[in-house]
Amino acid sequence: MTSSAETSSSFARPHRAPASRARDLLVERYAPLVTMVLAIVAIWYIAAVAMNWTLVRDAYEREETPYTISDVLAGTMDAERPLLPAPHQLAAAVYDSVFGYPPLAPRSLVYHALVTLSATLLGFLIGSLFGIALALMIVHSRVLERSLLPWIICSQMVPVLALAPIFIVMLGALGLHGLLPKSIISAYLCFFPVTIGMVKGFTSPDPLQIELMRTWSATPRQVLWKLRWPAAVPYLFASLKVAISISLVGAIVAELPTGAEAGIGARLLAGSYYGQTIQIWSALVVAAVLASGLIAVTALVEGGVLRRMGAH
Amino acid sequence: MDPRKLRLGFLLATAAMALAFLLPPAPGAQPLSARPYVWEMSTAACLSCLLAAWRADLAAAIIGLPAAVLAAAASLLLLDDRMVAGAAGPGFWLIVIAAWLSAGLCVATLASLRQLRRKAQRAIDFLVPLLFGATVFYLWEVGVRGLGVPPVLLPAPSAAAARFASSLPTLGTDFVQTFVRGVLIGYAIGCGAGLLVAILAHRYQFLSRGLVPLGNFFAALPLVGIAPIMVMWFGFDWPSKAAVVVLVTFFPMLVNAIAGLSAAGDIERDLMRSYGASHRQSLTKLHLPAALPFIFNALKINATLALIGAIVAEFFGTPTQGIGFRISTEAGRMAIDMVWAEIALAALAGMAFYGLVALAERATTFWHPSYRT
Amino acid sequence: MVTDPVTERLVVDARDISLIFETADGKVEALSNVSLQVSPGEFVSFIGPSGCGKTTMLRVIADLQQPTSGTLSVNGMSAENARLARSYGYVFQAPALFPWRTIEKNLKLPLEVMGYSETEQRQRAEHYLALVNLKGFERKFPWQLSGGMQQRVSIARALSFDPALLLMDEPFGALDEIVRDHLNEQLLQLWKSTGKTVLFVTHSIPEAVFLSTRIVVMSPRPGRIIDVIDCDFPTGRSLEIRETPEFLKVAQRVRNGLRAGHSYDE
Repeated sequence: MTSSAETSSSFARPHRAPASRARDLLVERYAPLVTMVLAIVAIWYIAAVAMNWTLVRDAYEREETPYTISDVLAGTMDAERPLLPAPHQLAAAVYDSVFGYPPLAPRSLVYHALVTLSATLLGFLIGSLFGIALALMIVHSRVLERSLLPWIICSQMVPVLALAPIFIVMLGALGLHGLLPKSIISAYLCFFPVTIGMVKGFTSPDPLQIELMRTWSATPRQVLWKLRWPAAVPYLFASLKVAISISLVGAIVAELPTGAEAGIGARLLAGSYYGQTIQIWSALVVAAVLASGLIAVTALVEGGVLRRMGAH
Repeated sequence: MDPRKLRLGFLLATAAMALAFLLPPAPGAQPLSARPYVWEMSTAACLSCLLAAWRADLAAAIIGLPAAVLAAAASLLLLDDRMVAGAAGPGFWLIVIAAWLSAGLCVATLASLRQLRRKAQRAIDFLVPLLFGATVFYLWEVGVRGLGVPPVLLPAPSAAAARFASSLPTLGTDFVQTFVRGVLIGYAIGCGAGLLVAILAHRYQFLSRGLVPLGNFFAALPLVGIAPIMVMWFGFDWPSKAAVVVLVTFFPMLVNAIAGLSAAGDIERDLMRSYGASHRQSLTKLHLPAALPFIFNALKINATLALIGAIVAEFFGTPTQGIGFRISTEAGRMAIDMVWAEIALAALAGMAFYGLVALAERATTFWHPSYRT
Repeated sequence: MVTDPVTERLVVDARDISLIFETADGKVEALSNVSLQVSPGEFVSFIGPSGCGKTTMLRVIADLQQPTSGTLSVNGMSAENARLARSYGYVFQAPALFPWRTIEKNLKLPLEVMGYSETEQRQRAEHYLALVNLKGFERKFPWQLSGGMQQRVSIARALSFDPALLLMDEPFGALDEIVRDHLNEQLLQLWKSTGKTVLFVTHSIPEAVFLSTRIVVMSPRPGRIIDVIDCDFPTGRSLEIRETPEFLKVAQRVRNGLRAGHSYDE
């Protein structure tokens, strides 16, 4: 009884007892992901050994001490400036930087994460609110839609992140340092996807539904609150997820040009200047955790809101 | 647009121009009447605005455009006078306001036209944002030069354009370094690899079920941060930037291509099955063509991401050329007009790249419903 | 598989076919001990309400679904071998034309898959397009044709590789009645001139009675055959026979069968 991936119907499964079916479903869903993650970790270990090999062996040669293969092997897992830290080495370093220091100490990654996070969140808030406001204006004004929207779409093709250094310099000349310029850059980066997404969302209702409201003599304001906003909610959350990840990238990049001292971007830069590989990798891990955490929170909120609106 | 609002607007513009004749363009500067070309232009602009105010219909908008252009030209000529530049007074600003009003009214009227024939509609769709943008650039120019904003803070578009024109050799080498070497090579490898892995994942369901969540996870990460690591692995020059671009473009292509390859409908799949088609035949005749809209979606996203990735990667260190390199060093040197010239280069490159991909998309996915509505 | 002479002459020999599947609400018997023998040249209609298993039965014969029990031979082979030997053409409810191919290229699709030469492909495409009266539309794209025309292309495509069997799953369901009548006539003519065996699923009683030599009435829960009615109207029939008493008698018998199978109950 073959049921290849090509067959469309879900009917062709043989009859099974219900209890085992639930467990089969769980395995089916998560087994591939778990296998893939394990495979990646395995490949990571092999790569770490391969890439750090010459480094470690040369160090031994230089010191002219006798060594064995297993010494070099152990060395690749423990090098001070590895080309690729081993997974457990990296995990230990991250653990150290996160839990080994008081959270607000300059050597703690938590501190740097908080610095970047504050700029991210502030920028995200400003950018999203501005984006939604702009979308509202565009949807209600034909003039704005015709004149402004094409420029907003064009701007999506421009590498906006390249503007970060200019902004920092400009705002620095105006006397603004620290949190505010970074937030402004993040805000500038994330208002475009929010605007485009919300314009799509506000114009997504079926023309039939809008006509229906017209037959009830609904004012534009009522149409907005009762039809356009609820229809736009899925689009809102989709663009918020894009906006928050781009806001994080913006905050990190904004820390680069002026050689800021605090923040994930600053740690990345410092690590690359001083050749501190593990520092770079730890900062990247924390950035990844931040990004996934922020998106997860947004997805949670989205799930809650959509459930209340009747989705299943 | 409401004729009363049109009339009012143009009347205000006329009033502004008329007043400008009475007030000096800057404290202590010569009045308009003593300036040869400016006087003619301002008079013509004023009269056109008056005519437009009288007509107050579509023709008014069309008259408003040359009025705006004349007033704008007058104001720009005024800025050549060193007494006006940097210390502009009410006379000057009144001319600017008249130009802005006329242009704005013209844009608003054109934008609110409905029920035009296709060709006219397309022309309007092109003209309106163009005029809008031109107005913004004009205001930027007169604002910076009239108020005397320090060029370190914000240079005038003309200064940036002049710098652009005079630095073409440097811009050329930067373009080749960043775009041709970093972006194009990385884009080709990243998108190609993403597509190949997606085809593999389509063949083996197990792979796709694992890769999709992983792909989504990695696509959301700030992957540009990997740049310093890439520098460590591939050196300072363009290979490390290309490597960043490969990573940045791989995941969006993977996720979109996997979605696209499974987008074919159940009926179409059954059809191929009823023909006894092999997996390869189904792939080439059904799944790949059906996936093209998704693939091009990723190609467009990646066009922008690749350019951003390459430029930001250069912020982390690069030899002596490259767009990102130039931006960060010139910014540090406060040569802001050069920075804007580089940004203009990046913007042009980005738009041209995106435009080419969009054209290719049009040619190959002309059959998709989204083109037919 | 041992084939005796009787089986070899049958196009479809299904015995005790059952298909049971699991849903969140428990077992569903889509087909329950369905048996059917179809001889060459017949036009067999399956009629019943949704969920009675008529589409499922067609899909089982086409090897698009596998039964949980029972035996099936199509053209003397197992269903899978019949599929791999390209013994049937399937026409779905929707035309399922590929929007990126012209009409001509759409017709050539099965021929490409099955390895016909370029010249053969062109000849066959031309021939079958003319057969459904769509000559001249080769270079058009599917969306430029009406629903009825697209479905005709779909039928031409199913015939293009000369299968012995034609399986049609409510092909005219999405079309309006006037177009439907027209296409019914055309289908009958096609059947007469090509001599294929046709299995036709419908939920329209007049359509089933008009087109078929045999009507299989099915009912749901579980999916089973209630009645098999022979129709022996003359083969040159036209739409006018729909008002004749003989026609109405057969239609009445079909309706009684449906009622007996509780098809009209909620």
